[in-house]
Amino acid sequence: MATVASVSTGAEAPTPVRPAAARRTFPVWRWVILIIAAAYFLIPLYAGLKFAGLKAFTQVTSYPQFGSAFVLSLRLALIATVLTLVLMVPTTVYVHLRLPRIRRLMEAITILPIVIPPIVLIIGVLKVAPGFLIGTPDMLGLEYVILAMPFAYRSLDAGLRSFDVKTLVEASNSLGAGWPTTLWRVVMPNLRTAILSATVLTVALVLGEYTMASLDNFQTFPVWIVNFEQASGPVSTAASLLALFVTWILLMLIVTVGSRSARKRGGAQVQLFSVATQTRQTVGDPE
Amino acid sequence: MTMNAAADTAASGSVIGAVGKGAGAPVVLQSLSRSFGAVRALDGLSLDIAPGEFVALLGPSGCGKTTALRIVAGFEFADTGSVIVDGKDVAPVPAAKRDMGMVFQSYSLFPNMSALDNVGFGLRMRKIGATERTNRATALLDMVGLAPQAKQYPHQLSGGQQQRVALARALAIEPRVLLLDEPLSALDAKVRLQLREQIRTLQQRLGTTTLFVTHDQEEALSMADRVGVMKDGRLEQIATPSELYATPATAFVAEFVGTMSRIPGTYHGGDEVSVLGRDVRVHGEHASVSPGDVDVLVRPEGLMVEAIAGGNGIVTDRTFLGSMTRLSVLLSGDIAVKVDKTSTAATDLMPGTSVQVSIPGTEPVLIAERA
Repeated sequence: MATVASVSTGAEAPTPVRPAAARRTFPVWRWVILIIAAAYFLIPLYAGLKFAGLKAFTQVTSYPQFGSAFVLSLRLALIATVLTLVLMVPTTVYVHLRLPRIRRLMEAITILPIVIPPIVLIIGVLKVAPGFLIGTPDMLGLEYVILAMPFAYRSLDAGLRSFDVKTLVEASNSLGAGWPTTLWRVVMPNLRTAILSATVLTVALVLGEYTMASLDNFQTFPVWIVNFEQASGPVSTAASLLALFVTWILLMLIVTVGSRSARKRGGAQVQLFSVATQTRQTVGDPE
Repeated sequence: MTMNAAADTAASGSVIGAVGKGAGAPVVLQSLSRSFGAVRALDGLSLDIAPGEFVALLGPSGCGKTTALRIVAGFEFADTGSVIVDGKDVAPVPAAKRDMGMVFQSYSLFPNMSALDNVGFGLRMRKIGATERTNRATALLDMVGLAPQAKQYPHQLSGGQQQRVALARALAIEPRVLLLDEPLSALDAKVRLQLREQIRTLQQRLGTTTLFVTHDQEEALSMADRVGVMKDGRLEQIATPSELYATPATAFVAEFVGTMSRIPGTYHGGDEVSVLGRDVRVHGEHASVSPGDVDVLVRPEGLMVEAIAGGNGIVTDRTFLGSMTRLSVLLSGDIAVKVDKTSTAATDLMPGTSVQVSIPGTEPVLIAERA
C-alpha cells in the first residue's frame, strides 16, 4: 500500500490572513472539484471497509507474521530516512553553494531511480554492497535510499531555493562560525520544512514499497498483505486499511511536530492535505 | 533608548563602551588582481585605509568593488596581491577567523533566530556566556533603536529594521574592520536616508575601520571620509568627497560623481582651453589629450546664465531643487548643458527663453577627448 502525501516545501512568508470578502466568495467550482476528488479517494476506502467488515480488523493482528512484517517496514523506514538525510542534506547544500552549475545534472541523476527498473537497481546494489550486508534486511534499506533519492533531492533543492543560503552561510562565517556550526545552526533550521518533506516522502515510500521487497524476498508489510490476500480477502483488506491509517497517523505526527516550531518562527508548514491509496499491487483491491 | 541615550551609556563605560574609539585596524590592499574566466574583475587595486577611517568604494556595476570587499572578507581570493590588516597578511586566515563584521546587500538575518539571537550569534561563536551575551546584544539593539523588537523574528521586521539588526550583529563581535556591501540598496528612500546617518554616527562613535561598497554616489559622498571611484577593476581616484567633486582627476570620475556637462572647446596644449569664448585653466589628468577640439567638463554651478534676446542658447526645461533651480539649456550646435541658478533669480527663465550661457573662468576645468 502506498500513500501520497501532499507537501509544501517552500519557506515562504506565513500565509496571510485572507480578507473576509475572499472567504465568503469561495467559488462553486472549487466545491465541485473538492467533492469529486474526495469521492475518488474516499469511495475505495469505504468499499474496502464494507468488504472487510469490522470483525476482520480485530482478527488482523492475531495472524502470523503480522507484527514482524510491520516492525520490519518501520525499521526500513527509519534506516532509509536517516541515511537519505545524512547523504542528501550536505550534498544538496554543497551543490547549491559551490557547484550551482551542476544542479541540472544533479536533477538528471536523481531522477534515474525512477527510470531504472527495480531489478536493475537491486543487482547494481548487490554488486557494490559490502558482504556483511548482503542477505540482511538492512540491505533493502540501502536500496530504499536510492529509491527515495529523487523525492528527497527535490524537497531539499526546493527548500534551499526558498532562502538565500549563500548569504546566510557567509554571514555565519563572518561572525566566526565554522562549517559544521553553520550547517547545524543556520542551514538545517531553515531547511526544516524541506527536511520534513523529505522525511515524509521517504517514510511513505518505504511503508508502501512492494516490488523491491518482494524481489529481495523479504516479508515487509506490503509483501505480507499481498501474500496474505490469497488466504483471506477480508482480513487482507482490513490489514491494508489499517496500514493506511497507521501510515497516515505517522505522517501527521511528523508534520505536526515538525511544523510547530516552524510556525512560531514564520517558516513554512508541511501540509498533509490528503493521504490516498494507490496501486493495486499493494492494496488488496476489494472486488 | 534613543541613540543619544546609547551614547550616554557608551560614555559611562557600559558594554558598548568596550568597543571604544580607536578599535579599528589599519587595512592595506596591495595590488589586488582577480579574474573570473576572461573577465578581469580587479586589476591591481591598491588602497590604504587608516584605523577608524570610513572609505567608500564607488563605481558602476561590474567595476570590481564588491570583489574587492569579498576578498577582504575572505569569501573570495585574489589571484595576486595581498590584504594586510593590522600589519599582517590575512590570506591564510579563513573568513570565520578574520574578525570582520559584514552587512550584506540582501537581507541576511538568520530567519530561525530572533533579533536578539541574531545579534548574539557572533558572541556565542566566541563562547561568551548566555547572560553577558544577552546583555551585550540588548545594548547593541538599543544602540540601533530596536530594543523593543529584540524578541521578534526577521519576518516580523521591516527591511530597514532588518538591516539595523544586521548592523548591530556585525558590530557585536567588535570587528577590526566593518564591511558594508551596499547595505542600503534594498531599502526605500526615506529609510535609506535615516539608516545612512545612523551608520555614519555609529561608525564615528565606535571608530571602526569601515569599507563601504556602493554604486550610489550620494551615499558614498555623504557617509565616507574618503571615496574611491573604481572603473574596470582599478581605482580611478581616491579623495575626500569635496575634493572628488571639486577636482575630479579624470573625465570618468567627473561624470560619475555629480552632474557634468560636456561643452566643445579648443585645447591649445599646456594648461589652457578655450570654451564659450573664454580661456580657462585646465586641471586633472590631461596629458593624454591632444591639442585641438576637445570636450570641456563643467558642473551646473560652474556656468552662468542670463536671459538675453538672441543669446547662445534656449531654456528647454527647469527643475526646482529648493533654493536652486537647475536649467536645461540647448546651446547652438545641439549641445545640452545643465546650469544652476538661485531659484529667486530663475523665476523668469521659463522653457523657450533665449539665454546667454557663459563660464566665469575663475575655476579650473577638466578636458576630455571629444565624445
